Amino acid sequence: MASKSIKIRAKMKEDVVTVKALMTHAMETGNRKDSKGETIPAHFIQGVTCTSGSKEILTADWSGGISKNPYISFKYKGASAGDDLTLTWVDNKGNTESATVKVQ
Amino acid sequence: MKIDLNRRILLKGTFATSALGIAIGAGLLTPGQVLAAWPKEAFTAKDIPSALSAIMGADSAEESGDINIKAPDIAENGAVVPVTVSTSMAGVESIAIMAANNPVPLIANFNLKEGAEGFVSTRIKMGKSGDVVAVVKAGGKLYKAGKEVKVTIGGCGG
Repeated sequence: MASKSIKIRAKMKEDVVTVKALMTHAMETGNRKDSKGETIPAHFIQGVTCTSGSKEILTADWSGGISKNPYISFKYKGASAGDDLTLTWVDNKGNTESATVKVQ
Repeated sequence: MKIDLNRRILLKGTFATSALGIAIGAGLLTPGQVLAAWPKEAFTAKDIPSALSAIMGADSAEESGDINIKAPDIAENGAVVPVTVSTSMAGVESIAIMAANNPVPLIANFNLKEGAEGFVSTRIKMGKSGDVVAVVKAGGKLYKAGKEVKVTIGGCGG
């Protein structure tokens, strides 16, 4: 399912696929305070999983130390054009989003 | 974005709020497993050795020239520091990115699976100037490299 909160691209050059993805997320560390001096509760993406078919390519564990609206890029081999690539994230409140793109 | 200067006040309860139960109840797809495995200990460790031992199983890593960290020398905005880690090593299992002077140094740990190349790129927050450290686990051994980044405005909030 295409999702507006994740932008993802997978481009194949020779035999290496370069994936670039942007997610929309506040990525609050839980350390910041608002203008009233009250702590803004932590809200950040904890886990990112990238799969192609049933194959896991990359999993990531994140802290709130990743910038707001996270960007991630990685490369992998062993794909062919037209393969599906799915990126799923889950945050510390249990929200999850996922996006699928075809390798170009 | 308002940046508060009291960023050193680290709230210990921060990470305790992760709502595992809700996550499972919400009927997640695959990431339920990811969340359950989120290494809380590593992400609450206050220094690099303890974070390393929590996530990689060893507290020290060998310096390596085969790890290339691309990050700015001077970051104007600590909230967004682009970092790219690449390595030519074979058999890379995971790449961890840390900022030595952040309240919680461990920022991200990428587990590279089948077919993944030794390359990750992302954007991190840095509270103040310090080394960005990349730790690569390859063939069961740990290798590290660091790069100093000067931060003009901190980005860890506080």
